[in-house]
Amino acid sequence: MKKSFKLKGLDCANCASKIEDRINKLEGVVSATLNFMTTKLTIEANDDKMESIIEASRDIIKKYEPHVEMQKA
Amino acid sequence: MKALNKHLARIIAGGGLFIIGVFLSFNIEEQWLIFAVFLAAYIIVGGDVVLRAVKNIVRGEVFDENFLMSVATIGAFIISEYPEAVGVMLFYQIGELFQSYAVNKSRRSISELMDIRPDYANLKRGDEIIKVDPDELRIGDIILIKPGERVPLDARIITGNSTIDVSALTGESMPQEVLEGSELMSGCININGLITAEVTKKFSESMVNKILDLVENAAAKKAKTENFITRFAKYYTPVVVVLAAMISVIPPLLMSGETFTDWVYRGLTFLVISCPCALVISIPLTFFGGIGGASRKGILVKGSNYLEALSDVETVVFDKTGTLTKGVFKVQEIRPIGISTEELLEIAAYAENYSDHPISISLKQAYGKEIDDARIRDAQEIPGYGVSIIIDDKTVYVGNARLMERIKASYYIGEIGGTVVHISVEGQYVGYISIADEIKEDAATAIKLLKNSFIKRTVMLTGDKKGVGERVARQIGIDTVFAELLPGDKVAKLEELLASKSSKGKIAFVGDGINDAPVLARADVGIAMGGLGSDAAIEAADTVIMTDEPTKIWTAIKIAKRTMTIVKQNIYFILVVKFGVLALAAMGIATMWAGVLADVGVTLVAVLNASRALDVRNG
Repeated sequence: MKKSFKLKGLDCANCASKIEDRINKLEGVVSATLNFMTTKLTIEANDDKMESIIEASRDIIKKYEPHVEMQKA
Repeated sequence: MKALNKHLARIIAGGGLFIIGVFLSFNIEEQWLIFAVFLAAYIIVGGDVVLRAVKNIVRGEVFDENFLMSVATIGAFIISEYPEAVGVMLFYQIGELFQSYAVNKSRRSISELMDIRPDYANLKRGDEIIKVDPDELRIGDIILIKPGERVPLDARIITGNSTIDVSALTGESMPQEVLEGSELMSGCININGLITAEVTKKFSESMVNKILDLVENAAAKKAKTENFITRFAKYYTPVVVVLAAMISVIPPLLMSGETFTDWVYRGLTFLVISCPCALVISIPLTFFGGIGGASRKGILVKGSNYLEALSDVETVVFDKTGTLTKGVFKVQEIRPIGISTEELLEIAAYAENYSDHPISISLKQAYGKEIDDARIRDAQEIPGYGVSIIIDDKTVYVGNARLMERIKASYYIGEIGGTVVHISVEGQYVGYISIADEIKEDAATAIKLLKNSFIKRTVMLTGDKKGVGERVARQIGIDTVFAELLPGDKVAKLEELLASKSSKGKIAFVGDGINDAPVLARADVGIAMGGLGSDAAIEAADTVIMTDEPTKIWTAIKIAKRTMTIVKQNIYFILVVKFGVLALAAMGIATMWAGVLADVGVTLVAVLNASRALDVRNG
């Protein structure tokens, strides 16, 4: 399944590409895209792992961009 | 905005202290005081950068820009280059400020571009009208669309007529007339009439949502250039940092008379230029701008990779029917012998009265009058030949040349364009009518534009007869025609063309997306025409042209070329400046000031250049 989020306050392109890269490497992620311009993060992943992937993504974002808020889009 | 202001206040305060520090360093002797002033300025301006760097190291993230900037500036402090330390941090922060301003501005223009999402729908429930989120409506709900409002979901008009503005979807400024029974596309704007309509699709499947989804997700399909940048960025920073370390240490150890201070300074300058930010930010921004700009023109490009491919197209292959021609048959020529034009058309229309074949329909349309059933009897279809019928007690044959042979009538044998219908009355040949698919008004212009600018070859594929295909090709200026192809043959032909093209050039196939999906999929870039309202076209193609105009293919390629030009300008500009300054720094010519300008200034120029991609007004 696919879920999208808005990353409010995302303003560093380099961090965005690092975040995208890291989320893509999480287990169970089919594909993750972070569009820096629209600040939209789309995660496609296996249904049963989705919850834990979202949590892990939240941590990754916190690590690179502590001030960014991950909101449901 | 608040964050920006706080940022600005810190820059101004730190900048003021920095100027005082510079002034003091020329006029007083007390080094500790000068140091204290610079240190205060540094903490105000760059404290947060150092703090973030420390936090990131704790988290195990080393090569990030905060860390590199901190090391470079603290290093400058250690070798007693106070003004450099503060100045570099100051410029870095000013650059960050400008950058977030520029990014915000591009984001705003992109969201303006995407501002076709309807905010609400007026749901009619009994006598009540309630404003609801379009997402909540279901198929069959009745909605009211007032003048000036956006059509919230795809719907069919129940009552009312109006003019609607489709420009947000197609880039077409000509308004369309709609009336009872017309299908409305979500995202269009109702100009003048009050319309009641029945929802035909859920919001998630409505046209406006499809378009937005497509444009927003286009970033997921990355161009080769983008992948190159990502890989480059990964290695650039570590390599530059290692070089910086080597430059600081090795020369003073190996060469006599060289001081650490001098070489460490050169190494620190390296660190200042070690962020690939300019590339990482400006290249995706350019692609996104190009895709967004194209969508404004009614051209949906499904990914950066397709935009890149479009810019390399050297051969355009067209499907004929529905792409270069309207796909609607129309009477082209009426040639009576011994009777009047009107009489001949009347006989043909009466004879074809019972048929629903496109040719029969075009004959009846050309005749345009009511058919009087009492005048005709004994209509009989002769499959593969035509029809026989009795009109006003006269035996009439209407059909192809073979039918004329069969009834042994002498008929006109010369070359005639299009599909020909011969007519005989009581065994006497009275003339023929030719019917052809109409060529689109701008087809010839499109081919001319393509050839004048960048396309080496144009090809047309058609299932029609050779004569018909060649005539159409001649009229609009197509180079090569392959006619009488079965649907499967089209893929095979395209394969042949793909095999014979140059290695860099790409082949685009243009079709209507309805029965040529395999060919669209096989081409380097599959372009579908007439996407507005056609889900098939939107699904099947890599690039969708919302209107029916072949000239839009030229526009699409032009936007793609322009986007790629900007991408290349940025890449070359950034690399030349960065490597240039690195080389100069190694030689001891470029100072840290030059380094920070190369880093910050280049990013800024690249971002501003990238935002040009959005602007497709003169496209």
